[in-house]
Order: sequence, then structure tokens, then C-alpha cells
Amino acid sequence: MIRVAWLILRKDLTVEVRSKEIVYTTLFFAVSCVLVFAFALVREGRGPEDGAAGILWIAVMFAGNLALGRTFERERQSETLRALLLAPASRPAVYVGKLLGILVLLFGAELLLIPLVALLFQARLLSHPFWLTAIMATGTVGFAAVGTLFAAMLVRARSRDVLLPVLLYPITVPVIIAGVRGTATLLQPELDAGIIRFWFALLVTFDVVFVTLALWTFETVMTD
Amino acid sequence: MPKWFTPVAFICGAMLVVSPLVIASADYESTMGLVQKIFYYHMPSAWIFLIASIVCGVASIRYLITGDSRHDRTALAAGELVVLFGVLTLVTGPLWARKAWGTFWIWDARTTSSLVSWMIACAYLILRRYGGPGSEKLAAALALFGMANVPFIYISVNYWRTIHPATTVVPKLPFTMGFPLWFCVITFALLFVVLMKLRVRVEEQQARVDALYLSLDDR
Amino acid sequence: MSSSLDFDRVTVDEVSRHFGRRRAVSRVSFVAPRGSIIGLLGPNGAGKSTLLAMLATLLRPSGGSIRYGTMLAAEAPPQLRGRIGVLGHDLFLYPELTARENLAFFAGLYGRRDADDAARAALTQAGLADRGDDLVAGFSRGMRQRVALERALIHDPRLALLDEPFTGLDEASTSALVARLQRLRQSGAAIVLATHDLDVAEGLLDEAIFLREGRMVDSMSRPEGLRAVYRQAMTGPSRS
Repeated sequence: MIRVAWLILRKDLTVEVRSKEIVYTTLFFAVSCVLVFAFALVREGRGPEDGAAGILWIAVMFAGNLALGRTFERERQSETLRALLLAPASRPAVYVGKLLGILVLLFGAELLLIPLVALLFQARLLSHPFWLTAIMATGTVGFAAVGTLFAAMLVRARSRDVLLPVLLYPITVPVIIAGVRGTATLLQPELDAGIIRFWFALLVTFDVVFVTLALWTFETVMTD
Repeated sequence: MPKWFTPVAFICGAMLVVSPLVIASADYESTMGLVQKIFYYHMPSAWIFLIASIVCGVASIRYLITGDSRHDRTALAAGELVVLFGVLTLVTGPLWARKAWGTFWIWDARTTSSLVSWMIACAYLILRRYGGPGSEKLAAALALFGMANVPFIYISVNYWRTIHPATTVVPKLPFTMGFPLWFCVITFALLFVVLMKLRVRVEEQQARVDALYLSLDDR
Repeated sequence: MSSSLDFDRVTVDEVSRHFGRRRAVSRVSFVAPRGSIIGLLGPNGAGKSTLLAMLATLLRPSGGSIRYGTMLAAEAPPQLRGRIGVLGHDLFLYPELTARENLAFFAGLYGRRDADDAARAALTQAGLADRGDDLVAGFSRGMRQRVALERALIHDPRLALLDEPFTGLDEASTSALVARLQRLRQSGAAIVLATHDLDVAEGLLDEAIFLREGRMVDSMSRPEGLRAVYRQAMTGPSRS
């Protein structure tokens, strides 16, 4: 199972490194997103008080949506997703492989976005690196876990481009709330450990529950 | 249609027609006055909204496990009613809130959870409508995820802020307020049953027509 | 347990499949024993691809059953898929990877520990040993077809399913493919292929199955004079 997931991840990374299409477009889109917010919300040289956290997460989610769509669109050409499902590999392994690929991409995007947002909005995002990493990691996993399942599900559906955000955003509301509020807490002058721990615990629970659900339903949902 | 349907539908209709009178006969609530009477439609709507979501979720899980189309039809009918009663709840709520608390909308745990659940139900219907063939299973997975989500939404918004009135309003009401409430609850419950039955029946007929088409092709 | 996966025949029994109101395949029956090549012949929309998808376990039949040996697809473990090789219409190749990488990836996916050796052997079989490190995106249709075929066969499948493998191939590629399939038959695989190409089919097939609007209208062992039979089968009386 792990072997298969690793094979798929390696294949995705190889393909991506060759073409760099998704990487470039996703990163560029994420940066544009942040810029748009900057133009919309920065007044007299200062951004809105708590805005940085929200802007960061919105950019991540929009970029993630784009990346998910593109990744599975690529599998749709030449029907390679079908080929993956035809292999004797367990179907959940295919899911995990794709999920890891998306996570690598999103983490990479975040590495770029966090300093950018911190800079443009004068937000002290990097003052608590451990907690920031924890919140960003668990939140991204939650978003990607649900997103990978839905994007895979929709590969054969009509209107798949528009349906992905329609389905994904309402389901990932807890991730948005926990992620943004958690990150915002980190921007306060004094870190309230109780609050940040709560959001972190919520995100971890969300991740566990939804990755499990995704693994359970992947097989059923991908077969006709 | 089963024998019970027509009498039940008739009773339901009659109760609906009578309900404004029943509500009017209840006592005025001291602080909020006339507007508080929206509560008699709001609470039952909210309860049926919740029940319909559970029916949809459970039917979706059963459909995912067994693949039996009956569950799929039930889930579809329930999903539509979630949206319908959700609209009722989300419209009557703010109307009441305006008078009770001075604003139309409040970002607290219960209202936000309801809104998000309603949106998931709308997404469910959009998926079924526009997803093309084979979207029944996808929608069922969405319904499952939606149901699993409810505690998370609730807890996260709750921790974030809280203002909704306590649930203990109902038991504490004097009888003249209690009767109209239960009357409306039963009315709405019957309405839910009637609408579900009608909707499921339409889908059953559709399935039968499809089967007929297919059997035309058999040798 | 693995011995039951070494099936000696595939039995298709009164198999049907519908999508909503449309019947794509209607009560088709045939047997594909080891070491034989079965051809599915028919116009577009006859149900050939759907039938192949069901044989590949990608689709479940709405009626009837498909048995691999004595086992139903539904009862079988995922390893059954490892005994089936599929060459689809869309080739299943990643254009951004080289031929060698594609082959090695799928070899690994199908559980072959010696993925790189398998890839090398497959490239030789395909006659593309010198082009192994070129991206598939730059290959001609015929070359891609050859790589795709080897990809489908890299795990020594018991059952090979090919959907229109001769489409878009020139003379030389077609002969090469025919030779490859004959070698495959010799090695004991069961091959089911869907094709339009009656001339090629004539010399190659052990049995021909004529499909029209999802129904099996005729079948013929050791087919000869295929064109005439085909025309007869497709223009005979139909029900619609």
C-alpha cells in the first residue's frame, strides 16, 4: 500500500518537475490572489487588523482548488486514472498517492505565501514558527484530503470544474474557521496557548475523521 | 398510493389552514409582541430541517453500502426537503431575530451551522442535477461528508462566538404557548411525510418507466 | 489462493449493461479460453467498449455474469486485476514521461519487483530500445501504440483486452502488432479485441463475435470471408 502510494507520488513529482505547469500556474495564481487582496484592502499603507490570516488561507484554498482541478484533469487525458484503477493496487493507495502529491504542492505554495503575506500586510506571522507550522500543516491536510477525494470523484462528471469548489468549500468550512482563527491568534502580541491548542486539536480531529472517511468511500465512489 | 396517504394529506392541509388561527389564539409574549409568533413556524421548520438532513444522510450511507436505488430516491427527496425547510428556517429566523435582538443575522454556532448545512444540501442538489450520469453515488458521498461535518462546524463556530437563546425556551412555555407550538410541529411533520411520499413516488414512477424502456430492448 | 487466479477461460454469460434508459450491451455470451484470440466486431456504439470495460472489471454488468475460471469478478480479490491487461482507446500513457519511465511505473504498480528490467525487456519487445529515454509526447501514433501495448502486457496477464488496437496504424505497424498478438496467444493468454479492421481480423481471430446495438447478432469460429458475413450481420433485420 505504501509502496504504491510512493510510486504514484514519485510519478506525479517527476511529471511535475518536467513540465512545471501546475507549479508555476498555482504559485502565480496564489501570489496574484494576495496582491488583489492587498489592493482591495490596504488603506493608507496598512492592511486590515486581522486580515493577514484570512488572506493567507483564502489564497491557499483558491490555489489548492486550482491545483486539484489541474492534477486530475491531467489524469483524465489518456485516461490514466483508469489505468491506475485497473492496477491490482488497493484503491485507497491510489488516493493516498495523489493526496501526497497535492500536499507537496500546497506546502510549497505556503512556503512562498507566508513570507509574502507577512511582508505585504505587516503581520508578524513568523513569530511562532512551531505553532504556525502545526496549524498550516493540519489545515492544509484537511483541505487536501477532502479536495483530493472530490476531485477524483468528479473526474468523469460533467461541469467538473465548477462543481469542485461548489462541493469543496462548504465541507471545508471548519478548516477555514480553525485555520484562520488559529493563525490570527498567532498574530496577537501575547500568545494564548489555550486557544491555539484548541484550534490545533480541532484540525487534527478533522483530519483523522475525514481522511478515514475518504479512504472508506474512495473505492465505492470510483467504481461503476 | 398507500391508503393512508389521502386522509393524512387532507389532515395536513386542514391543519396548515387552521394554524394561523391557532397561533393567533396564543398569548402575546410580553417583550416581543406580535413578531414572536413567527417562532411557531420557525421552530418546527428548524426541527424538520434537521430531521430531513438526518434522513438524507442515513439514506445516502445505506445507498453507498448497498447500492439499492430505493435509498437513493429517499436521499434525493429528503435532500430537496432539507433545502425547502432550510429556506423556511433561514427566512423566518432573521425576521424574528430583527425584532428580538435588533439585527437580521448573528454569527453564532446554531445559525451558522444551519446555514452551512443548508449550503451543503444545495451543493448536493446541484451535483445531482449537473453532474451528469453516475452522480448519484458522488452525491451520496457528499451527503455523508456533510453529515460528518456537522459537529465540526458547530464546535468551531461555537468556540468562536455564541449568542443564540437557550433551548430550554420550549419546556418553560405556559400551556397556551405550548399547544400552538406542538400543533405546528405536528403540522410540519405531516407536511414532511406527505411531501416525501409524493417525491419518492415520482422517482419510483420514473424508475419504472426507465425499466420499461429497457425491457423493450430484450429479445 | 493464487492458483484460483490462474484461470483457464473467461466465461461471459448473458451479460447486459444499461446506462439509465440506454441499453449498451444486451445478453451477450461467449467463452474466451486460454491461447485464443476472440474478436468483437461491430460499428461504433455497438457496445464493444462497454463489454471490454466489463471484462476489465471497471464496470459491473447490470445482468448476467462474467466468470474468470469459476470466479465472479465481484468475489475476486484485487489481485485479479493483476491478471488482466488492458489497452484502451486512450492508450493510458503519461506524455510527460519517457517510454522507459512509463513502463517502469506501471511495472512497479503491478507488483513487479524488477521494474527496470521489465521495462527494458518491454522496450525490446516493442522494438523501441533506442528510443526508451525519449518523452512519449514526441512519439508517433504507431510508436505510442507499441509502448502502450507493452505497458498493458508488462505483468504477463492471463487475459488481454484491446480496444481498437489497429486504429491509425500503418502497414508495418499492423503486421508487427499481429505478430505480437500471435506470440501472446502462443504463450497461453486469452485475448479479446474489438476492431473495425476486418482484413486483419480475418487472419488473426479464432472466433469472431458480431455486435450490433449491444446485441450479439452472429458468431463464427475460424472466420473466413469476414466481410460478407459482417455485411450480412449488420444489415439483417433488427429491432428498434
